[in-house]
Amino acid sequence: MGKGKSSVKDNAIQFLFKYGAIALLVFIIFYFSTISDAFFTYGNFTDILRSISIVTLLALGVTFTLVVDGFDLSVGSTMSLSTVVSASLMVWYDMPLWLVLILPLLIGVAVGAVNSFLIVVIGIPDLLATLSMMYIVAGLHRTYTEGYSIYNNMPLTSGGTAPGQLSEVFLWIGQGQMLGLPVPVWIMLVMVLASYVVLNHTRWGRVLYMTGGNAEAATLSGVNVKKVKFTAYVISGIFASMAGILFTARVGSGQIDAGAPLMMEAVAAVFVGYSVLGAGKPNALGTFFGAAVIGILLNGLTILNLPYYAFDIIKGGVLVAALAVTYVYAKKKFAKA
Amino acid sequence: MAGPLLSMAGIGKNFGPVTALQGAEFHLEKGEVHAILGVNGAGKSTLIKILSGVYQQDEGTIHLDGSAIRLESPKAAKEQGIYCVYQEVDTAIVPELTVAENILLDTFSGKGNLFVSKQKINKRAYSALLELQAENIDVQQKAARLTLAEKQMVLIARALVHSAKIIIFDEPTAPLSIHESEKLYAVISKLKAQGVGCVFISHRLPEVFEISDRITVMREGTLVKTYDTAEADQDGVIEAMLGAALSHELEPRAHDIGTALLEVDHLSDGQKLKDLSLTVAAGEVVGVVGLVGAGKTELAKALFGGTPLTAGTIKLAGSAAKIKHPADAIKAGMALIPEERRKEGLFVQESLEANASFPNLKKFSKRLLMDRKAEKRFADEIIERLRIKTSSTETPLVHLSGGNQQKVAIGKWISLDSALYLFDEPTKGVDIGAKVDIFKLIRQLAESGKGCLYFSSEIHEAIGISDRILVMYNGQIVKELSRQEATQERILLYASGGKEELGERQELGERQRNSVFV
Repeated sequence: MGKGKSSVKDNAIQFLFKYGAIALLVFIIFYFSTISDAFFTYGNFTDILRSISIVTLLALGVTFTLVVDGFDLSVGSTMSLSTVVSASLMVWYDMPLWLVLILPLLIGVAVGAVNSFLIVVIGIPDLLATLSMMYIVAGLHRTYTEGYSIYNNMPLTSGGTAPGQLSEVFLWIGQGQMLGLPVPVWIMLVMVLASYVVLNHTRWGRVLYMTGGNAEAATLSGVNVKKVKFTAYVISGIFASMAGILFTARVGSGQIDAGAPLMMEAVAAVFVGYSVLGAGKPNALGTFFGAAVIGILLNGLTILNLPYYAFDIIKGGVLVAALAVTYVYAKKKFAKA
Repeated sequence: MAGPLLSMAGIGKNFGPVTALQGAEFHLEKGEVHAILGVNGAGKSTLIKILSGVYQQDEGTIHLDGSAIRLESPKAAKEQGIYCVYQEVDTAIVPELTVAENILLDTFSGKGNLFVSKQKINKRAYSALLELQAENIDVQQKAARLTLAEKQMVLIARALVHSAKIIIFDEPTAPLSIHESEKLYAVISKLKAQGVGCVFISHRLPEVFEISDRITVMREGTLVKTYDTAEADQDGVIEAMLGAALSHELEPRAHDIGTALLEVDHLSDGQKLKDLSLTVAAGEVVGVVGLVGAGKTELAKALFGGTPLTAGTIKLAGSAAKIKHPADAIKAGMALIPEERRKEGLFVQESLEANASFPNLKKFSKRLLMDRKAEKRFADEIIERLRIKTSSTETPLVHLSGGNQQKVAIGKWISLDSALYLFDEPTKGVDIGAKVDIFKLIRQLAESGKGCLYFSSEIHEAIGISDRILVMYNGQIVKELSRQEATQERILLYASGGKEELGERQELGERQRNSVFV
């Protein structure tokens, strides 16, 4: 790649694109470490990892849809729905744990299926279809809870109190420790690794990327593009549901609108991930890395006592920087084509 | 007579290293219909685009009414009174506006009144349509609801409103029915009578002879000859279009042709393709030749399951094949090298390796995991076999030349060992060296008992490679010619909708028989 006539400027862009994100991360860590002793500690890093675990799951789902050249804006709402459903199953209906875990995932599958129906069969552009679904699902989850968050033995609108509680085993998923790391971190790492292997080292991953790269050519190479897109949206729905379950277990209650603020953060993580190691396309490790950059930045800024309402400026800034590097590079790379 | 209305002389135009026009000339009188003819790549469209201001010539001069002009943009051309009615009328029509607004579109974008009076423009539009005897088109309806022929009328009316001096018709009859075409001829004669110079481009020889006053033939970016239509004959014009191309001796086929591999019976797609039947035997290369728009690509796609069929059956190796999706076609042993390789054949941003292995991923994976080494081995194999020039198997395909990209688009099918290959314009945008390699490969495939369907509008190339040639015109196969019978002249005649009288033609075929063109 890029041998021969590339100028200094091109090389600089190449370098920025390949290692820019990593250099930025190293710089941030170094910077915060010099400012605060509390930053560069094992405890703080496990905290950061735990704090990004939910966003990373959401972002992995978005990654799959972006790989097939789609987009899923409904992940936040799907997560909210899964949050209140998993909580309500325990608190309102006293259901066994396996049902509490399976039902929200099925809901995720259903949302993904509706998304892909709108996009693949009806032909609504992905952004608009999932935007509509974002509203519908958000509305559904508020209607379902009548606008209340769900907590142990809450009073019911029908009178009396709810029969159930969140079980210990369930809370362990969100709050427990295993081999020195919080359980959510383990879940995140396993999912990142699994996504990475699927996307980069299996036949399926190849088909997903090729469908996204050129659907026409994929079709003429024998790929059923509709099925592939369907799968990607279903996977996205499942990841969003997992994030929702994790959120309930982590917080210990079914908060309403839990996913809404996380959606854009997840999208940002994926796009920051484009510029990791010069991938130039959505990829699982990059997504994890993107979530980590944002998480570390926010953690450091919290330690610095920056007001939380300024955080969005930082998130937006990181996203813009990552996008700028990615697109400038893309322009260069394909200019002579 | 005073000097010509328009005179283009010494026109040269290069696109990068490719020379599209060199010393091209074109002269147009007032009130004449002047046809431009030429095979694909002769430079007709480039010349027209220069005249309508889309491109600027690198060298040469354009004189209009005796004074030199420079056409910097389509707008400048229009200001000089040069209007173009493109084949794709939809690109020039705004579907959301009314017919009247479309006719007067260019007056809105210019200076003048900010407010437009509906009544006024409707009136002006109506009078323009009246002149064209197309007053039955309601000027107040949305342009989106017009038929193609009506849209053309709108575009011609647009030119009339601005008192155009020159109107260029770029293959105007290609999408029209016979009746609609005749109406267009009438309009053109009317324009002619008003003193408008009409430039007429068409692949259909009979209509060119019917309506034009003069014919200019172009070949390889330059003018060959201008004929007075009254004195020209079809054979002469065709010969001028084809010229003496590089000729190569026909290599006799060394292997035998096997049993029927593909049998297509009365196939229709309900749109372009009408009742096509053809067969391809193992070891045979069958050329399907037709002009642009004859339906070759549609046929290739339909055979490959890309578009649904409304009638007809496809048999592969004797048994009926149900092909609903390209995946079925691939399973049945077919491979398609599509015409638009960047859009349909390749993943240009991915590596050569990933492209090569894609149609047959199972072969390159252990269970689910990809086997990168096997992929690389195969990529190296096709690089070697097809002589692909690339720095490594990981190079993204955007960095390869058109010819090398095409080789990848062909090579990726080799791992499947398909029985039947469909090549759709495989030499489009491919340099001569790569062309020769591609021809060799097709020959090799045929020798090893594969069947090949070779779709092309490059007649001489098709003659060079094919054992048998099917000529397509307007969605149908109009003629089958054996390798011995096929000459460029005969093919072009059938491909442009002509018919030949038997006796005299035989002789011509005889004369050209011993040389073919690559």
